[in-house]
Amino acid sequence: MNWTSVEHFFAMGGYGAYVWGAYGVTAVVLALEVFSLRARRRRARAQIDRT
Amino acid sequence: MSATSQSSGFTLFRYAAPHVFYPLAGRLLPWFAALAAVLAAIGLYVGFFVAPTDAQQGESYRIIFIHVPAAWMAMFLYVTMAFWAGAGLVFNTRLSSMMAAATAPTGALMAFIALWTGALWGRPTWGAYWVWDARLTSTLILLFLYLGFIALQAAIDDSRRADKAAGVLALVGVVNVPIIYFSVQWWNTLHQGASIRPGGATMAAPMLAAMLVMVFAFWMYSIAAVLARVRAVLLEREKRSAWARDVVQ
Repeated sequence: MNWTSVEHFFAMGGYGAYVWGAYGVTAVVLALEVFSLRARRRRARAQIDRT
Repeated sequence: MSATSQSSGFTLFRYAAPHVFYPLAGRLLPWFAALAAVLAAIGLYVGFFVAPTDAQQGESYRIIFIHVPAAWMAMFLYVTMAFWAGAGLVFNTRLSSMMAAATAPTGALMAFIALWTGALWGRPTWGAYWVWDARLTSTLILLFLYLGFIALQAAIDDSRRADKAAGVLALVGVVNVPIIYFSVQWWNTLHQGASIRPGGATMAAPMLAAMLVMVFAFWMYSIAAVLARVRAVLLEREKRSAWARDVVQ
């Protein structure tokens, strides 16, 4: 095990801002893609319902 | 054309029919999404809890577990996008062009993630978020190629003409992919060389394992995202067809 405590884990040996900045933005961007795909699918289905 | 090639061609093109492909993609999608989630969980566990601290870079190297997968997928998705665009131009199959259009946004996203995570890795390692280095610059060009493809496709109302114009752009841009890949060999660069090359890798086994598992996780995610998007594109473009109405019922 690399980490002795939760704080130790989040500190990432002093590189916390870089590591979590990279992982955080990646997670947000992927979540946004999933969200926008669902919205696009809903719009496409709604368009067919009206025609 | 011989009888056999005709029949195999027929079965292949059968899946290219929108009313056949739409439900097929829908059935495959949850499997790829589930695989992506499971692989990401394993990869992140190994990456953060099994892989040791790097002797030179400390903990900052752990960005590699998303940086390399995103960079590889950005290149790989571009090649598949160009392949679909080329198939669409040659065979005039609508689904091929729709696959190309569905691949571009996920590819652009992967290029963005590669650049973003690279910047946050470069700062503690090189002392700079960005340098005009061959690999970084060619990856930025890759992002612009994706964005140009998306913009060109969106700018032309007639979807068939949009597919043709964007398809040509995708094919021309494919020349950038080998430039990215070999940039670290062709030019003097700050970017480190290939993590994996014929004859072995340059890192410890658990680091390599976590990175490869994350590559597969990103790969499965990309397939799921592209399948989800191509389903939406199919509904948008075929909204007046009988099969689309049946699907929505």
